[in-house]
Amino acid sequence: MSVNFLISQAKNIQIVIDENAAEIEALDQNIGDGDHIFNVQRGLKLVVELEDDIKNLPLQKGLNMIAMKVLSGIGGSSGALFGTFFMSMAKTPDLDKNIDFKKACEMVITGINAMKERGKADVGEKTMMDVLIPVSEKLNELKSGNRDMKEGLSEITQIAEERMLATKNMLATKGRASFLGERAKGHIDPGARSSQLIIDTICKSLINK
Amino acid sequence: MKKFINNVDDFLKESLNGFGKAHRDIIKVNFEPNFISRKTKTKEGKVSLISGGGSGHEPMHGGFVGHGMLDAACPGFVFSAPTPDQMQAAAEHVDSGAGVLFIVKNYSGDIMNFQMGAEMYSGKNDSIITNDDVAVEDSTFTTGRRGVAATVLVEKIVGSLAENGGSLEECKKLGEKVNTNSGTMGVAFTSCTVPAAGKPTFDIGNDEMEFGVGIHGEPGRKREKIQPSKTIVNNMLEAILDDLKPQKNEKTLLFVNGMGGTPLTELYLVYDDACEMLKSKGIEISRSLVGNYCTSLEMQGASITLLKCDEEILKNWDSPVHTAAMRWGM
Repeated sequence: MSVNFLISQAKNIQIVIDENAAEIEALDQNIGDGDHIFNVQRGLKLVVELEDDIKNLPLQKGLNMIAMKVLSGIGGSSGALFGTFFMSMAKTPDLDKNIDFKKACEMVITGINAMKERGKADVGEKTMMDVLIPVSEKLNELKSGNRDMKEGLSEITQIAEERMLATKNMLATKGRASFLGERAKGHIDPGARSSQLIIDTICKSLINK
Repeated sequence: MKKFINNVDDFLKESLNGFGKAHRDIIKVNFEPNFISRKTKTKEGKVSLISGGGSGHEPMHGGFVGHGMLDAACPGFVFSAPTPDQMQAAAEHVDSGAGVLFIVKNYSGDIMNFQMGAEMYSGKNDSIITNDDVAVEDSTFTTGRRGVAATVLVEKIVGSLAENGGSLEECKKLGEKVNTNSGTMGVAFTSCTVPAAGKPTFDIGNDEMEFGVGIHGEPGRKREKIQPSKTIVNNMLEAILDDLKPQKNEKTLLFVNGMGGTPLTELYLVYDDACEMLKSKGIEISRSLVGNYCTSLEMQGASITLLKCDEEILKNWDSPVHTAAMRWGM
């Protein structure tokens, strides 16, 4: 993992999110207030625009700059959560050595744990954490085993998709959708969908490398 | 979408620019990070009050910055919580050493961003969270009730106490009292259009209303056919009274708030219906407020807030205030 890796992933994700923007917006308008997609798009644009400022920086500095940009430029729940994600990833020790798969897993796990802490949401609450926490658990399993990396990543894309779809029949207990009670049922959570798309894009780009 | 817009990306900045110019005798708009502060420095020893939230609810909160109310307001993008660096910068700018009280509406994004802002600010600070909306269930396992129009009352009443030398602890206590003693219920006839979205947030039939709507166009309790004002107002007040359970002859403040697209003529009609209903229940209306204070862009609709008042609340409600959107006694 390097700053260039992060930027190129952000560019890939931007394309996928833009392609699915109408769907995510519609999901949010069903159970939220419709701002999620704009926040995600604004965040991606800000990160991509950082390229010239950060491309030659060591990973820790780059991550910190991304964190501050995301934190101050997005707003809403997404800004706080994704900002927290990058900020805590940047705190992983020995970041400026070579980052192997195990280390990269650790970074992502640390980031997701911090998001869980910040949002005080767990699985089953119809939020993006329904996708992120199981993915983090799977990464934890993968990092210590001797599994084939591509096979592991492919399993992660499956888990993310299953968990995203599973939010459809949940009652929301956190976030805007929680105000709806039973009326939130039958709609996929927009944060779960955007997170799943992000994970899917990263994993597939690594699998096809 | 028909709106006064030059470029969607400049929408907030240009609106804040205008706000700053129009009210330059009272406030100053600071950019990057964005926050609105009073024109004058905070008096030494005075607790600073800072609120904020997504834009689109004007005049809340920027319109309440000034003597007797807020010291600063942090506007986010339309319907999106502001960012922690805004709260940090605002706190650093206004704190005179007596500490900062953050007034936060109960939405996940606002809570998280204000929390991070509070962590980043090194001075003494505390927060109160408003959750007056009786349309949604409260539970310890959920995000809970939404913070809506009673936030205006909290800002006015706590603002008065802070102006008169109340400590951080006293201000927090009074704010929590006002929040606990108020209940709000909203109804929408039309949706609103977030500029970045370009189309209405929800679809609603010509003869329908959303009962219990939130201030971002979030759905509420149920979708119904529109009814005469008296019926709607009775249903709204029933929901509030169920929750607040005021005593007979208890003093209250009745606040009829427009969502942005409903004219004052209708809001006063709502006020009349509400007075009649409350009178029949033996509830005394000691103070009133009618107007567009906590809006949802151009949404047609209204909310009713009832606040149970004791002497401390009444005294701080009556005290002088001078802000862009609320002014009396000075």
